[in-house]
Amino acid sequence: MSRALALTAAAVLAFLHLPLAVLTVFSFNASRFTVWEGFSFKWYAALAQDTRLIEGAWNSLLIAAAATIFATAAGTLCAYGLWKRRAPLLTGTLYLSLVTPEIVTGVSLLAFYQFLFRYLDIRLGMHTVILAHVTFSVAFVVVVVLARLRTMDATLEEAAMDLGATEWGAFFRVTLPALLPAVAASALLVFTLSFDDYVITSLVAGVDSETLPMVIYAMARRGVNPAVNAISALIVVGLGFFILAAERLREP
Amino acid sequence: MWTKVRFWTLAPSRLLMGLLFAAPLCIVAAYSLLTRGAYGGQSPPWTFESYARLLDPLYAAILFRSLWIAALSTALCLLLGFPLALFISRSAKRKNLYLQLVMLPFWTSFLVRTYAWMFLLRDTGLINTILQSLGLIREPLPLLYNEWAVVVGLVYGYLPFMVLPLFATLERIDPNLLEAAADLGARDTDTLFRIIVPLAMPGIVAGCVLVFIPCLGAYLTPDLLGGGKSMMAGNLVQNQFTNARDWPFGSAASLTLMAMVMLALAWLARRQKGDLL
Repeated sequence: MSRALALTAAAVLAFLHLPLAVLTVFSFNASRFTVWEGFSFKWYAALAQDTRLIEGAWNSLLIAAAATIFATAAGTLCAYGLWKRRAPLLTGTLYLSLVTPEIVTGVSLLAFYQFLFRYLDIRLGMHTVILAHVTFSVAFVVVVVLARLRTMDATLEEAAMDLGATEWGAFFRVTLPALLPAVAASALLVFTLSFDDYVITSLVAGVDSETLPMVIYAMARRGVNPAVNAISALIVVGLGFFILAAERLREP
Repeated sequence: MWTKVRFWTLAPSRLLMGLLFAAPLCIVAAYSLLTRGAYGGQSPPWTFESYARLLDPLYAAILFRSLWIAALSTALCLLLGFPLALFISRSAKRKNLYLQLVMLPFWTSFLVRTYAWMFLLRDTGLINTILQSLGLIREPLPLLYNEWAVVVGLVYGYLPFMVLPLFATLERIDPNLLEAAADLGARDTDTLFRIIVPLAMPGIVAGCVLVFIPCLGAYLTPDLLGGGKSMMAGNLVQNQFTNARDWPFGSAASLTLMAMVMLALAWLARRQKGDLL
């Protein structure tokens, strides 16, 4: 049994990893078609010439950076508050946001923005995308940071306050430093989620805020193009590195 | 004493979740009861017509297909995920490494992972090219743009959601129980189905729900891997909001999708008695 089990497990792991591995290998293919014709960097060179792609990547980086800062700050404070006291309505809303299908979150935000635009003179753009990303990633930060807080000793803060610290002083100088690994891990997760999101972004982005996933989606829709393999390989390696770093931080 | 801190720590997320998550959902709920205008938009009279239209065979088929594809994908995830989780829970030293191997592809771009299957499955894709060069087939097989391609994409996408809860319960099973079963003459299959599976039931249920929910609401996978005939609820919603511009109907479809997700969660909550996430 154990040998059959090991073989099955190996096959399932291969199923999980082969598609991306093959995709990466063929990003170095000299041919435009799915026949190996020798090693080449030409698709990567082509990426550097693609201004739409570069602009998309730049937009994605800006959006992900902004969303990471806001979502991590709001989510960390929220987790701290929830650690102190229960807030069933907020907790319920956060969990609801985790299970709501992305497409539903996306269209409801679109409907909300359109509703606002009747009264306010603003348009879809980077800011609407950033707000959307902050909203859908706050719950992830709360879950990660709260998990860490629950392993911590609540009496440390009381000790700090007995010794004269204010409430905020105890938070910033005692609890927050101990939380930092979890905060950093959740920041990396938010960056990943934001950088990768297509479904919600495509609904709330304006003409000047096309993101990298939107460019890739358009390229993939158009058909065979090894440049998509090349940018995909770069994303897989880049985000993979991020996630391994986050895992390290979460489990010291 | 904690009230001031509590207020200010929770205020940003309350504002954010209230204004940008709850309020938009309420707007969609309201729109679902309005009537579509001649040029798009939505206005009174208030009506349940959009929900009634979902019962039209054309749309009911889409909702039914979503349930069927999600159920099939969940079953396949269980079939693939169980042996993997069992193997990881039995491995002595490399548990963390294997778990990271399971999670790593999950965190690397869903879009890219879906594109990888387009690359493998299309007419000029790797699988067809290999089969053709081996002389096994003459014409490329129509692997992409059908329900099966969607199921493969979903299983690939959400398998980690199955493996993690399964692993968590399987790891807690006392190995002595398995030894005792063997000593008492149980064959491997007996041990598996009469001891391991019943003890792993909480993990099986949690894993199934965790896979079923995102599969039900899938949009990108059926959009890229499925054809026109394998549309799911998520595509219906998107289509009504962008192309058809029938927001009341799209809103009704959104809320119906949410209701299906909630039912699946409620079932899980009843089985697990509280300990949800």
